[in-house]
Amino acid sequence: MIEADGLYKSYGATRALAGVSFSVPAGTVLGLLGPNGAGKTTAVRILTTLARPDAGRAWVAGLDVLAQPAAVRRQIGVAAQDATLDGLLTGRQNLTLVGELSGMRTGQARTRAAELLELFELTDAADRVVKGYSGGMRRRLDLAASLLTQPPVLFLDEPTTGLDPVSRQRVWEVIRKLIGSGVTLLLTTQYLDEADALADRIVVVNHGQVIADGTPLELKERSRSAHVEVTLAEPRPEAAEVIEPLVGGRVSVSADGLRLGAAVDSAPGLATALVRALDRAGMLVDNIEVRQPSLDDVFFALTGAPERESEGAQA
Amino acid sequence: MTTAIAQPRPGEAAWNVVSMTRRNLVHISREPMQLSDATIQPVLFTVLFIYIFGGAIPIPHGGSYKDFILPGMLALNLTTSTMGTAVGLATDLHEGIIDRFRVLPMWRPAVLVGRSLADLLTATLCALVVAVTGLVVGWRTSAAPLAIIGGFALVLFFAYSLSWVAACVGLNSKSPESAASFGFIVLFPLAFVSNALVPTQHMPGWLQAAADWNPVSAVTAGARQLWGNPNPSASISAWPMQHPVEASLAWSVLIVAVAAPLASWYFRRRTTE
Repeated sequence: MIEADGLYKSYGATRALAGVSFSVPAGTVLGLLGPNGAGKTTAVRILTTLARPDAGRAWVAGLDVLAQPAAVRRQIGVAAQDATLDGLLTGRQNLTLVGELSGMRTGQARTRAAELLELFELTDAADRVVKGYSGGMRRRLDLAASLLTQPPVLFLDEPTTGLDPVSRQRVWEVIRKLIGSGVTLLLTTQYLDEADALADRIVVVNHGQVIADGTPLELKERSRSAHVEVTLAEPRPEAAEVIEPLVGGRVSVSADGLRLGAAVDSAPGLATALVRALDRAGMLVDNIEVRQPSLDDVFFALTGAPERESEGAQA
Repeated sequence: MTTAIAQPRPGEAAWNVVSMTRRNLVHISREPMQLSDATIQPVLFTVLFIYIFGGAIPIPHGGSYKDFILPGMLALNLTTSTMGTAVGLATDLHEGIIDRFRVLPMWRPAVLVGRSLADLLTATLCALVVAVTGLVVGWRTSAAPLAIIGGFALVLFFAYSLSWVAACVGLNSKSPESAASFGFIVLFPLAFVSNALVPTQHMPGWLQAAADWNPVSAVTAGARQLWGNPNPSASISAWPMQHPVEASLAWSVLIVAVAAPLASWYFRRRTTE
């Protein structure tokens, strides 16, 4: 349904995309994940006909984005990173305008606008000028604007960046409803939990290249970043030696000697094996915890840079 | 490039223009200060010029300054009000809204055409304000109704053509503020170096030549001729002053023919990445 094949794009001396390929099958959700400046927005701009790639090809809904941009625009809904709304119009007027410009009759556009305002809980603010909306309201209105014609393919560029947690949850709810309706969705995000929560598959981009591609589970399994922590009933100096062969790596011991920690492959049955080995060595285990890698760990492992750095760059 | 099948049909294109025009009119209603160029400024200018300069400026071949200045006031106000087109377009490009328009299956030139039509409606309002102010302070015309309408149409057509020049400026401005400076750098000299406010007979030779070939002079003289108001330029031998109606129509057609395609070219260039 959405396909990018070897996209290259530079803005002056800045290379935004250096050969990005991915595909989104019909009715699925792809999370395009990466830090700020990774090339996510550029990829979306190319797929939505706003920008032309220097090289590479792209298809949306079976249409060649470069050869048939006008036809592509009839198939897509786009919510851009900077909410693209008319600040001097009311929410209702914005939606009606977008509907009319998409070829709807005024009455039809008004009816649809009212439906969407209701769906996005904006009915109370519908007749206020958008300039006075909060960030979360603008985002929801922009999402609504992308849905007027009920397009089969949707692009949401960082739909929750800059929102407070409550607004973020509300936007997530709306996106989940959309996913339920069977659209094909490309979602970009800097937040791993967002991709984890909403996407069927994740493509991780960094410096204009795809560095990983898979389901959230596959990506987690691919990285050796699960963490195990064992708490003993009493300190035993030889405990580290006992579990070292099982975790296959360095074991850290807390100052009081009670807690042992190690990074491990997420191997099934590891907790049982550790408890047995310690039991055979005559040690009492109070607690054992194997923490699955979060997508943050995965991201760190893949990019070699903590995510915080990228957030700093954004500010 | 684009296939014919997916291009908006002519009916849709016209519909898009209507929507965009309405949008721009809503903008004007939200920011009444934007409208002051078309309402308060003409009243002030007309009243100020008539009472301050009126007594001091003799009209060659006679006639009252009130009757002389009104067509000039109309040309001056409509010329300077086209600044709004430049500022409006620069604002649209400056804000994210243009990306919304660009991902919609709309006829893109509707952004420009809708703007120019909304500005034409504003200009019409401005013309009415000038005329009413004139009537209140004593401007009179003895012309036939058709000639009166013709005079207004002549000036409005010129303002419409200028709004395409303003569009070119707006499309090349980095910000709405720099688009606004267009008014002071280009439009005010254009309006002042003309026969709109004073007879050109007293200007230095080189300035008089510039004024006589200035399209604003042709438009003003054209309106004076149609309305039967004092038109001292009629005694000047330069071709536009001898045939002001033809000259001003020619200017307006020429300006639209050059500026409209240029504006749509700038628009495409500005929105290509």
